[in-house]
Amino acid sequence: MTNKHNSENQNNRAIKKSLTIAVAGNPNAGKSTLINAIAGTKLHVGNWPGVTVEKKSADFEYKGRRITLVDLPGTYSLSPYTQEEVIARDYLVHEKPDIVLNVVDATNLERNLYFTFQLLELGIPLVMALNMHDEARQKGLRIDAEKMESILGCAVIPTVATKHEGIDRLIETAIAFADDPGRHAPCAIPYGADIEAAVKTVLGDLQEYPQNNSNSLPKRWLALKLMERDELALKESGVPADAPFLTKATRHLRQAHGEDIEALMADERYGLAAGLTREALQKPEKRKRELTERIDAVVLNRFLGMPLFLALMYLVFSLTFTLGDPPMGWIENFFGWSGSILAGLWPEGSESLLKSLLVDGIIGGVGGVIVFLPNILLLFLAIAILEDSGYMARVAFIMDRLMHKIGLHGKSFIPMLIGFGCSVPAIMATRTLENRRDRLTTMLVTPLMSCGARLPIYLLIIPAFFPPVWHAPMLWIIYVIGILIAVVTAKLLRSTLFKGESVPFVMELPPYRMPTPKGVLIHMWERGWLYLKKAGTIILGISILMWAMTTFPGLPDRDTARFANERQAIQAAAAGKEEKSEQMASIENQAGEEALRYSIAGRIGQAIEPILTPVGFDWKIGTALIGAFAAKEVFVAQMGIIYSVGKANEESETLREKLKNTYTPLIGFCIMLFCLISAPCMATIAVTGRESGSWKWAMLQLGGLTLLAYVLTFIVFQTGTLLGVGI
Amino acid sequence: MTLADLRPGQSGKILKINVAGALKRRLMDMGVVSGTNVSVEKVAPLGDPIEVRIKSYSLSLRRGEAKNIEVEATL
Repeated sequence: MTNKHNSENQNNRAIKKSLTIAVAGNPNAGKSTLINAIAGTKLHVGNWPGVTVEKKSADFEYKGRRITLVDLPGTYSLSPYTQEEVIARDYLVHEKPDIVLNVVDATNLERNLYFTFQLLELGIPLVMALNMHDEARQKGLRIDAEKMESILGCAVIPTVATKHEGIDRLIETAIAFADDPGRHAPCAIPYGADIEAAVKTVLGDLQEYPQNNSNSLPKRWLALKLMERDELALKESGVPADAPFLTKATRHLRQAHGEDIEALMADERYGLAAGLTREALQKPEKRKRELTERIDAVVLNRFLGMPLFLALMYLVFSLTFTLGDPPMGWIENFFGWSGSILAGLWPEGSESLLKSLLVDGIIGGVGGVIVFLPNILLLFLAIAILEDSGYMARVAFIMDRLMHKIGLHGKSFIPMLIGFGCSVPAIMATRTLENRRDRLTTMLVTPLMSCGARLPIYLLIIPAFFPPVWHAPMLWIIYVIGILIAVVTAKLLRSTLFKGESVPFVMELPPYRMPTPKGVLIHMWERGWLYLKKAGTIILGISILMWAMTTFPGLPDRDTARFANERQAIQAAAAGKEEKSEQMASIENQAGEEALRYSIAGRIGQAIEPILTPVGFDWKIGTALIGAFAAKEVFVAQMGIIYSVGKANEESETLREKLKNTYTPLIGFCIMLFCLISAPCMATIAVTGRESGSWKWAMLQLGGLTLLAYVLTFIVFQTGTLLGVGI
Repeated sequence: MTLADLRPGQSGKILKINVAGALKRRLMDMGVVSGTNVSVEKVAPLGDPIEVRIKSYSLSLRRGEAKNIEVEATL
């Protein structure tokens, strides 16, 4: 009686009020779907500390217990290879969650089990979700979960995350195991006798090794990792790779097997995985040609593959921008409406700084960024569908040959393509790139893909300076120049700043799967929200700064009074209503021009004029270029103000007329060239800063591209002037 | 003979990986270990990379990478 009581007490003590469950598994094993099924809307997305890899976690109550679910990035191995894998590995090794939920793809048992064995070695209690059980059944695979349980010594729960099958049992089991770690009796992973003997001596020597500071790491696991010369394990334990006891322990193995120890261990682990698969899995006699293979026969076909891919990309692209157009209009209207409501709070005609800050600075600036949200959400939706269905891996497969030529990975293609729409989602799409060098290179060159906001500039300039037959070719030339410069720059970056071997391509082509609406929407929203939150805060700041630069200092009282007098004079004059409003508009334009010239931006424009002269620009273009940093299309509006034509857009004939009379076609071309290459807009810089994890790269992007733009425009302008082209 | 020498439809048995470092580790983690059967399924439309079937899943890799994998042809 007392005994029982005691043990209950112990149990009670062992039960923790809050539990941390880490979800780990191979990529494409259905981890996200499983987590969505468990946590649903409670999922919150952030970043892992110090890196920009998405960290998803969810807190929820389960039967009075507080459960934290941590989604670890998809991982093939605990000898990490990608940044994501390092994160997963570090979390498992150092944070020691109460339990690991290992999601295993039942249709791809052997390779998934290879990772399971590595998890078991870590000694954290493990519960396995044998996921996509339905798909396995359809393929005629029969898996004996009980047999797996008895061999592995851990719970194996068949689940179908997409249909919510087995989820409750999975959580129950996970909690039960976390409460009673004693129940967890994983099989020891037996390596061959030679390796085991070596492990034994390493374990013994490790204890006496003076520098060893790895007491928090599981001993056997550490010994194995040290024998493999795992870089992270060496670093953490303080044991040098050439420590005599390690060399001694592994030299013999190498001699006996003629293979390095890493290969031996991988062989052993795969041997175990294959053995367990043989025991627990019954395959049909004849493998059916799977749906995936039938789709790939078309989609990756030698002749059809490329056109199909291009057509699909075109579809995604045009849908994004056509479907995004109406909501963009609504948002524009909404901000316009709220701007006028707000402006209405002040008496008509009054000049209030606060009003100007709120209406022109904040609502104008932030509105100008939020207006892209429909496009961005739609693009993310398309990307989520492409990713979840498995097509994204095929994109990399199809495009790798081209991308590899400029030192990048096939996956870099997608962000660069999105860049033609908007650089902001494009840079966010680089998250799919595993290698940091690739990712940074892609981020830095993506703004060279001429984005949608630059189009109004070309549409203003081209008809102003070039005859109609040249309109389309000119536009095409500008886009092609952007692509060519991007290719050269990428190649250059990969051979200098981001030098290093190009990353191996070695990549799984996962089976096609029907994306679930819930999963796709969650995916889309997570990223859309990050865009709003991250870009929003910084852009708010820069908007205010840009507003201040074009507003301060205000015109001196003398001038303000002069314009006020002129306005009154018009009002008092006995002219017709139409004539009056025309005169008023002309006064407003003049006042606007004067104010801009007097402002910081205008003064900077004038101050940098000597620098701009060699590329053919005057201070007016300079000032407009400063405004264009807020958003590229602002260039057009700024030119409108400077040339006193009031609210200008790319259709503005009066502005075109004035431009034509002031500048040569060569300068027109130089404006386009400069706008194409130079400093991307502030939203792009902000996103690059956030996504790269360092403002250093954002500044490099800003400075590097602007310098490049200057040099190239200089060459074009000077050569053109010398040869007498377009003047 | 290496994996890069196999044509689509041909299969082989992996003998050895003749490269060290990250690439080797990655290949092994993905199941490219000696004794495993592998068959070449497809070549990308532009001629590289290739798709192989190994351990009942599809893996893609560049020809340059496949050159490091020694195989013996099977039927």
